[in-house]
Amino acid sequence: MVKQFQLNLKKNKLKFSVTVTLKKDVLDPQGKVVQNTLLNMGIVSLQNIRQGKYFEIEINEKDDVLAKQKVDEMCKKLLVNLIIEDYKINKL
Amino acid sequence: MRSSVIVFPGSNCDRDIAVALEKLQFKNQMVWHKETKLPKSDLIVIPGGFSYGDYLRSGAIAGKSLIINEVIKSANSGCLILGICNGFQILTETGLIKGTLLRNKNLKFINKDVNISVINNETSFSNKYKKNQVLRINIAHNEGNYFTDPKHLEELKKENLIIFKYCDELGNINENSNPNGSLENIAGILNDKKNILGMMPHPERMIDEIISNKDGINLFSSLLK
Repeated sequence: MVKQFQLNLKKNKLKFSVTVTLKKDVLDPQGKVVQNTLLNMGIVSLQNIRQGKYFEIEINEKDDVLAKQKVDEMCKKLLVNLIIEDYKINKL
Repeated sequence: MRSSVIVFPGSNCDRDIAVALEKLQFKNQMVWHKETKLPKSDLIVIPGGFSYGDYLRSGAIAGKSLIINEVIKSANSGCLILGICNGFQILTETGLIKGTLLRNKNLKFINKDVNISVINNETSFSNKYKKNQVLRINIAHNEGNYFTDPKHLEELKKENLIIFKYCDELGNINENSNPNGSLENIAGILNDKKNILGMMPHPERMIDEIISNKDGINLFSSLLK
């Protein structure tokens, strides 16, 4: 029975990725330092770098839309600070 | 006055605040974050430190802990709330104070004594200070760069909600006296109902001449009714 449950879990599992970045107008000092370092290393074609965070989320839902709603809720409630950050959800 | 100090895993200024409060005859209790009931309190302090190792964002995880629901309830019924350093960060994560704290502009952890000016001395937290009085208070943080949207900043100024600003020893408020890049040199602000103060400097570290100075003590004595 445990095995069947685990199989069901696997079948019902959907996977998403969430990318969180600082909003365009918010200064990203870490990104700036990385950018300057790369420029100093001779990568002159570099235009711009923004540093962010990446989450992989597995969720026990069968329905794509419902699952995405759950992930969106997670973002709004905890993963993202909406004052300074933007986020993108992708299905994996 | 009864006070409660909330303790999270990673809090490290909780005992300092307890010492400061007890020095001023507050009846203080320490409250672990897993508690679901707060003792009756006139003042709740959210201390500094590195709650949950600053995982996700500073204050983000503590801002969703069990006890915070009780803190929010008390805040809404008018209880005085003081958030210092990580406590300020936690208050912004709960939404009790608007805005957020970004990484210091110079990307470095700053631990030093700085000067702050008392901008508004007509609040529950600052009535024992003089207006424009310069205090020398320790800061120790990595994310103290206060940021908010222009509309809220306008409101802060209009409603006189900015209590402390970073300044030089003469009280001049300018870019050179801003240690972390904070918007308009903001070091401490109130919510719109004026019962919640979030501040980055550590007044609890400035209560005794033997180890520092006494510039912080009037913040706690202001709270005494």
